[in-house]
Formats: sequence, C-alpha cells, structure tokens
Amino acid sequence: MELKKINDMVWEIPKEGQMNVPGRIFASEKLIEKIKGDNTIEQTKNVAALPGIYKYSIALPDCHQGYGFPIGGVAALDYEKGGLSPGGIGFDINCGVRIIRTNLTLSDIKPHLKELLDTIFKNIPSGVGRAGKLRLSKSELLEPLAKGVKWAVEQGYAWKEDPKFLEENGSMLADTDTVSDKALKRGKEQIGTTGAGNHFVEIQLIKDIFNEDVAKVFGLEKGQVCIMIHTGSRGFGHQVCTDYLREMENKFNDIVSKLPDRELIYAPAGTDTCAEYYEAMKCAANFAWCNRQLITHWTREAFQKVIGQSAEDLGMHIVYDVCHNIGKVEKHKIDGETRKVYVHRKGATRSFPPGHEDVPAVYRKVGQPVLIPGSMGTASYVLHGTKEAMNLTFGSTAHGAGRVSSRAQMLRTTRGEKVKEELEKQNILVRSASWKVLAEEAPKAYKDIDEVVRVSDALGIAKLVAKLVPLAVMKG
Amino acid sequence: MEKRYEFLDIATADRAFAAFGNTLEQAFANAALAMTEIITDTSKINKKMERKIHVEARDDKALLYDWLSEILFIFDTEHVVFGEFVVTITRADSKWLLDAVARGEDLARHEIRGEVKAITYHKMEIKKTDGGYRVQVIVDT
Repeated sequence: MELKKINDMVWEIPKEGQMNVPGRIFASEKLIEKIKGDNTIEQTKNVAALPGIYKYSIALPDCHQGYGFPIGGVAALDYEKGGLSPGGIGFDINCGVRIIRTNLTLSDIKPHLKELLDTIFKNIPSGVGRAGKLRLSKSELLEPLAKGVKWAVEQGYAWKEDPKFLEENGSMLADTDTVSDKALKRGKEQIGTTGAGNHFVEIQLIKDIFNEDVAKVFGLEKGQVCIMIHTGSRGFGHQVCTDYLREMENKFNDIVSKLPDRELIYAPAGTDTCAEYYEAMKCAANFAWCNRQLITHWTREAFQKVIGQSAEDLGMHIVYDVCHNIGKVEKHKIDGETRKVYVHRKGATRSFPPGHEDVPAVYRKVGQPVLIPGSMGTASYVLHGTKEAMNLTFGSTAHGAGRVSSRAQMLRTTRGEKVKEELEKQNILVRSASWKVLAEEAPKAYKDIDEVVRVSDALGIAKLVAKLVPLAVMKG
Repeated sequence: MEKRYEFLDIATADRAFAAFGNTLEQAFANAALAMTEIITDTSKINKKMERKIHVEARDDKALLYDWLSEILFIFDTEHVVFGEFVVTITRADSKWLLDAVARGEDLARHEIRGEVKAITYHKMEIKKTDGGYRVQVIVDT
C-alpha cells in the first residue's frame, strides 16, 4: 500500500475507495518498518470508512494489528452523524494504568523487596479460572458498576483523596440496566483480580527525570520508589463487548454487509443501541477503576505489613490513573469549529493539555499525567499532556510498547524459566502464576518502548517527564 | 490419529488456530478443544462430569463465535474445563442451532497456562475442504 511521507514522523494513507478521510500514522522511520510487517495499515484504512469520522483515522507510534481497529488507534466520530463501535474500544474496556508513589528509596526497599513481591503475589489474585477474594453477589456488583470508585471510598478500599487523581475521577455515572445477566455473572467474582497476559503489578524506581518542574507537580523525583498497576475490566468488560457486538450485528445487518471488516460494526448515533452500549461501556469502565482500586488497597496493605509503617506514612498517594481502551464523548476543535464527538481510544492514552477542565486541579497548570507502561523488564514512562495532542491526535498518545512478535512465536522460541533467569540477572525479581505467560510476555516480543516515547515527545503529542525501571514484577 | 487442530502465526497480539473435522460438527468440537488448550493441558482433563450446551445464531460464523464464547463463559463462572465435546448442528428457518455435550471437570487441580479474553471475527474462516471442514479463529488473549 502507498504511504505518503508528510514529514519524518507523519505518514499518510491517501483517501480512496470506501474511506471518508485519509489515514495518518505517527511513527519514526524505524517504527514504520515494523508497522508495515502486519495488517496495521490496512486496518487504519478500514476505520476511515466509518461514518462521521473527522480529520483522519489515526495510528500512534506503538500501533500494531488488532481486530477491526488497529491497537494504538484513535477515531473521532460525530456525536450525531457518527456512532460508537465496540471494536474501537476493545474487549478489555478501560484497560488502563495507575501509578502510586511512595517516599521510599532503593536502599529503603531493597531488604524488603522479595518479601514485598511474595506478599503482593499472595494478596492479589490473578482471578484466572478461580474466583477472586472479594465475592460480590450480582446485586452487590451493581453499585460499583453504577458509580465507580465512589463505591470503593464508601467501602473503605480508597482514601478520600484517591478519586481526585483518576481520569474522570474514577467514575462515569451509568445505567446498570444495560448490562446482561451473563456479564454480571462473569464480573461478580473477578473484581479485584489482575488477569493474565500483559497485566501486572510492578514495583519501580524513578531512574531519570526529564522535566523537573512538571515532575515536582506530579510529586515525582529521581530515586523514588513507585508502584504501577496495569489491568482492566476482566471478564465483565469482555462480556459487555461480546454482547453488544452480537446485538449490533443482529440489528444492523445491512451495515455489516457494507463494512470492509465485520469487527468494525457500530451502532449509529441516535439509536437506542448506541445509547445502551455507551451506558454498558461506562459500567465496565467503572468496574475497571474499582478493580485497580482494590489492587491499590491490597498493595498498600502489603507495604504496611512488610515495612511496618502505615501507607499514609509511606506516602502512598496515587499519582494518576489512565484508561487506554475507552470511548468518550468529548468536544474538539475541528477546522475552527467546536464539535461534539465520540472519541474511540483503542490502545491509546488521553493526553489533555495544560488548562483543560478535565485535568485534575492540582495538575491543571502542566497538563494531565500520561502513563505509558513498558513490557516486562523494560522501562515505563510518565509524560504530560499537550496542546499539540489536541491539534494532531484528538488529545491522545501511545499506550505501551506494542507487540512485534506473536504469542505463538514466543511460545515456540522462548521458555518462561529462561526469561525469569535473564530478568533476575538484571536484578529484576519476577513472580508469575504461569511459565507460559512469562514466555509470551518476554521483553523481546515488544517494540522498543524508548523509541515509542521518544517519537511521542518529538511529535509533541505528550512530553517526557520521568523514566521508571522495574525492580519487581508480579504477573497474573 | 489425524490432526484435530493447529496453532497459527497470523495474529500479533492474540492467539490464532485452525481446527479440522470430517464434518462441520467435528471441526467446531475441535475448535473448542484448541481454545481450551490455550488455557490448560487438555490431555490431563478427566471426563468426570457432563454439561449440555445450546447456542443459536444467524449464520455459521456467528454460531462458531457464540459457541466458543459460551465455553469461555462457563469457564469463567463455573470454573470447569472440558476435554471432550460432541457437537450437533441443525438449521431451522433462518437460524443455526448448536447442541453439544461437553465432558470435563473442575479446574482447581489444573495448571493454568493463560487466559482467553474473548472470541473475535478477525480472519475467521469456515471452509469446506477435500476431506471435510477447516475453521479458523483468532481469540483475544
């Protein structure tokens, strides 16, 4: 396929056939070569066929092949003439990342590290094929679904200040009548579990600070120990997505037949199905925030127990929490006019600029924190949101490293035991429920995270603040 | 024994497989087995209990999608895994109906290899071949 080079980091897929707008890939020369290796470009092109899409179908520096939409994709569809596509949000609705800071240094934590990892591993269930430790009834689950982290505050799983440091304050009020009985059944025993795959809880150390002023606002400094949590809405979100894909396919069968890919099915704006899916999606988003909150609570407990000081005394404040699989109703300036749109972020992180009303008050001067996790054993980054992101990518940037080698390939060529050994040689402790997960998630299966954030910074769609390196990793 | 399924290298972030059968029913049963193999070692599953499964859909691909989704749902909510599936497919009016008997046991004693989040339509194929049927599925892991 023809790619038009706009500049060193912007590539255009010219408009043709069913496309309503061109495609734009934001990547360096080095990354674009990898991106050409799978179906990402084709998928970016297919998304451009959705109705009411504005400006471009966007693929970010970490983009790779998904189903329907590429992972690392952004599409803004008109609030009245467009629609909502579950495939543009993903099965793991509100999969996201949270960072908790501490006032500990490497020398403070080193003697406790192994015991901490073991305690976290014991305290936080993976929930794969087993119930979690918090077993809610279906009716008890309705509350967290309806109001998100407010529920966790009421139940004593969150500090009073916590919601202020979460995207959307960890709560998108939602109508739980839109959620199926099946989703409730899958969700009720999985709240407070990490799941497997690329999800993790990681103890990290801030290795470098790129912007002292912004880091100070976020409460971060070199040599500080932090904790990163990466997980989503578990079986609950997967079921919501599965249910609505099926319902949309049945209701809008004429639309399916015209789409370049069945997975791009959407509910047209203004239909009941569109409104209901949005409500159910918000329930799943609330589930995910409560999930990360429960894991935060148990992590704080683990630190208290092992180090022997209260989580408050250890300064375990939440820095921020971002969603990277989500649909949002937002207002964006497009060709001089302010438009209301459904922004689809599939494997993309919001990157709102200084002054934006949705950025927490304490961070409003510098823009929201943007959290980009690395793969196992590699660095993770904190960046801050920018105006440039509003201009180029509907206020979005990358969400991670992005895979280059398939899980199948990794299983054939790598052994989990070997991966663990190599990480331990770099002084990174690892605990995982499964050797296979370690093999699938080996660092070499991913693109170079350093290059992904470098490109994001150079484009200006999120600017670098801090680099964190892993000390201990718990995989589901 | 002839090949029942194989894992494919056609999905970057997910797992893909092809399943085979002399009949469409057998191919669907083997697809369920392939998916379970991602979760645990199916050769170690004892057939201690039996579970009836029924799904309906508008076409063959939707039926395959719903069939595998139902097995995932049972895995997540009842924590059981199956090592054997006997599938019957019938067509009535504009619907495809699938009835199956699945045999397996409680998951508790088995090592979990990985997680399947959901079934996708991406590159899904159902094809008649010389000797029977081949179905291809990518699951989100």
